[in-house]
Amino acid sequence: MPDLLIELFSEEIPARMQPRAREDLKRMVTDGLVEAGLTYAGAHALSTPRRLTLAVEGLDAASRPQREERKGPSVNAPEAALQGFLRSTGLTIDQLEKRDTPKGKAWFAVIERPGRPAAEIVAEVLESTIRNFPWPKSMRWGSGALRWVRPLHSILCILSDDAGHEIVPLEIDGIRAGDTTRGHRFLAPEPFSVTSFEDYAAKLKRAKVMLDPAEREEHIWHDATNAAFAQGLEVVEDRGLLTEVAGLVEWPVVLMGRIDDAFLDLPPEVLQTSMREHQKFFSARDPKTGRIEAFVTVANNETADRGATILKGNQKVLSARLSDAKFFWENDLRTVHDKGLEGMAEGLRNVTFHNRLGSQWDRIERIERLARTIAPQVGASPDLAAEAARVVKADLQSAMVGEFPELQGVMGVYYARAAGLPEEIANACRAHYQPLGPNDDVPTEPVSVAVALADKIDMLTGFWAIDEKPTGSKDPYALRRAALGVIRLILTNGLRLQLSRIFAEANPHADAEDLLAFFHDRLKVHLRDQGIRHDVIDAVLAMPGNDDLTLLVRRATALADFLRTDDGENLIQGFKRANNILTQAEQKDGVEYSYGADPKFAETDEERALFAALDAAEAEIAPAMKAEDFAPAMAAMARLRAPIDAFFESVQVNSDNEIVRRNRLNLLSRIRAICLQVADLTRLEG
Amino acid sequence: MKQTAPRSFQEIILRLQNYWADKGCAILQPYDMEVGAGTFHPATTLRSLGAKPWAAAYVQPSRRPTDGRYGENPNRLQHYYQYQVIIKPSPPDLQELYLGSLAAIGIDSSLHDIRFVEDDWESPTLGAWGLGWEVWCDGMEVSQFTYFQQVGGHDCKPVSGELTYGLERLAMYVLGIDHVMDMPFNDPDAPIPLTYGDVFRQTEREYSRWNFEQADTEMLLRHFEDAEAECERILAAAETDSAGRRIVMAHPAYDQCIKASHLFNLLDARGVISVTERQAYIGRVRTLAKKCADAFLRTPAAEEAA
Repeated sequence: MPDLLIELFSEEIPARMQPRAREDLKRMVTDGLVEAGLTYAGAHALSTPRRLTLAVEGLDAASRPQREERKGPSVNAPEAALQGFLRSTGLTIDQLEKRDTPKGKAWFAVIERPGRPAAEIVAEVLESTIRNFPWPKSMRWGSGALRWVRPLHSILCILSDDAGHEIVPLEIDGIRAGDTTRGHRFLAPEPFSVTSFEDYAAKLKRAKVMLDPAEREEHIWHDATNAAFAQGLEVVEDRGLLTEVAGLVEWPVVLMGRIDDAFLDLPPEVLQTSMREHQKFFSARDPKTGRIEAFVTVANNETADRGATILKGNQKVLSARLSDAKFFWENDLRTVHDKGLEGMAEGLRNVTFHNRLGSQWDRIERIERLARTIAPQVGASPDLAAEAARVVKADLQSAMVGEFPELQGVMGVYYARAAGLPEEIANACRAHYQPLGPNDDVPTEPVSVAVALADKIDMLTGFWAIDEKPTGSKDPYALRRAALGVIRLILTNGLRLQLSRIFAEANPHADAEDLLAFFHDRLKVHLRDQGIRHDVIDAVLAMPGNDDLTLLVRRATALADFLRTDDGENLIQGFKRANNILTQAEQKDGVEYSYGADPKFAETDEERALFAALDAAEAEIAPAMKAEDFAPAMAAMARLRAPIDAFFESVQVNSDNEIVRRNRLNLLSRIRAICLQVADLTRLEG
Repeated sequence: MKQTAPRSFQEIILRLQNYWADKGCAILQPYDMEVGAGTFHPATTLRSLGAKPWAAAYVQPSRRPTDGRYGENPNRLQHYYQYQVIIKPSPPDLQELYLGSLAAIGIDSSLHDIRFVEDDWESPTLGAWGLGWEVWCDGMEVSQFTYFQQVGGHDCKPVSGELTYGLERLAMYVLGIDHVMDMPFNDPDAPIPLTYGDVFRQTEREYSRWNFEQADTEMLLRHFEDAEAECERILAAAETDSAGRRIVMAHPAYDQCIKASHLFNLLDARGVISVTERQAYIGRVRTLAKKCADAFLRTPAAEEAA
């Protein structure tokens, strides 16, 4: 059983594409091999910036021979049919057999496919893999037509077993597969040949190439944390950066340097962002103060001066970057000092938010108005909420956010503090964007909550008004996220808001009903994730006041809990039975039985007991419902189960006595009315 | 062969010129018009189109009015130099050739950390894009390295390899200078040693003021319209001249396209173009660039079979 080794050696592959490329290479090659009749024991893919490698162990040396029989046309069929059959089988007439069939004599073809050597199959599979590789972006180079992520220089493709190794015969657009590769671009550039995966990995290690990305990551993290520890610091963890950096080097060399004292007063977020985004540096901080004091860079070269030149260069670049950041920071602080945060926001008049929804400034004015309306309903001061709304987006005009857009909100907090604004307003600068995703924190400070709601509801009603709603997978303005944000803000804070009215106030041109339906859809998804059945939600949505999401969820939760009890489950059956009989009778008689039933027409004890039970339940349910205390209301309803069951057990509703019948139907109507106060139980399934 | 360290800005330029001349490039002179980058030189934009092989290298003075800082910022200038290399078809050893050019200006790859970091290039004004990297030396971007895939809306066949060096930044690094104005322009031991500041401080101040405050925006707008109209007119002219010769005027038309592009940059620096208008202006220049590319492909210089 030979092993297969493939290496596709190219110019530098973007780091972010390598993980996916490894998966694709493994999948495409192994799928192709299996499809062609080769089995294998295991496969793993590896990569460096310059190579994609696949090792397949225990591959069949050849595919199994196959024999296929195909029935052709009748021997009496027209010549054309026979010719067609010959073409499709690739045989000549003397290779066919005549056989008896129940429908007379017919031509048969027996096609023998001999087993094919693995090398032949590998060559085909690899060629097709290279030509159809799903790079997110690929290119041509030179005069060729071949596409790859960057110019492809060589292909190593060998099958090896105990007897030795063979090169798989393959040539793609002038690149002939061989058994040679190269080491590190600077440290070991000479080509060398390999005989197996083990030989390849070992020789690469000697040629200063760490083939396994996981090993590079481990090495980088190990050396970085050690270097930081030696200076009493700790590296700020950053998985994404680690993976990226490991994809930029073949031979990682970790170097650590101090950040110039002149920059240590910059906000840590600024230091970290600048270092991460522009330089791909890790940050190292003092574990006691949390202050970022040093950086860790990962070079791809071992030098005679042990990295001194490299470190000096990196330090210089960082200082230039941080000088810029410091310049922005000081400029921004000056602007805030001279003109206040509102002065900084002035420039937003000239920034278009959306060509049909005006400028960012127009939007801020709308948010301010809405925040003022919402504030009292969330326990915030309307003036404070309005003031916050006017400044929360000011940092979009700061030089710092211009340079580092990802610091929006974060800088706002610093600048608001510098402007001497109250802490609630400063916090709102960042918090009003939250929650940013399903796992992000939800703001709870009332001012932040008011502005966060106003921000999102303005956006939703705005895009609803110009009919730019999300469709299918298209949601360019992230409106689904905004709606979920509103839902989580309301539920987390237990807010009692009449959304329909707020929508109408936010933007009278938006179809508030349609928007509410959109919210209900998002809410269903949200509740389903929490284990509440969709029909329970439907039963609750059908009730009045369904734009009050807190109420809605409380009701749904109570109903879901109720349905999990034995009484609840059975009561629903009783309710449905009552409702069915009643509905049929109403349809038949063409009237609605909603007159009060009279106990004096009750004939049996069970009937009288039900009257008494309904009176008792009503007395309990009405005040509980009024207090929106759903659990006791449902408990009271649950107590109806036994009398209802007993009633149906002993009483025939459709009595011959019309008065008795009508009275009983009116009694059922009371059951229905009581039950429907809680939720639209007709929508429950099962 | 170990290289001695260069001592001045101009020595770095001269070494690049010699290096690429040695490698067989035609050493061209800067294009005699205001452009935002070396890519705008017709030796790159137009010559990257069509099948005819091409290899050229040149310095291109480039103007970015919005980057002006009155000569006070250590790194930013409204007028600076790019070194541009364009080779069609891109040779298989272009990366090695490029690394050789770094060695030629004193960047020893055994002491430094040179890396190719993903950076896809796109020029919305030229209707062009390519894939490649920014090249980092010790964490600093020293060049752009691009394989052109499309220019003026046309697929590049064959593909050109383009190298762009930001000369001031690269030279400051090689020479160990912190403020661009302090950089020796000629040999520091020359009888009259000149710094970059001696040559450019005054012009940076003057142009910064003009770019940001003084340029007559109405005139600029008018000139933009004129350049656009002239470009269209040139391209709409009959391909045969009065003597019956077939002469497609791709280059004169392209000059007007370059003009329009620079005028747009000036208007942008004056802050009179809103965010929404921006896209429209860029689209207008792109339309011109595409038409010029179409025209160039109809010339013998492109050698594209009719």
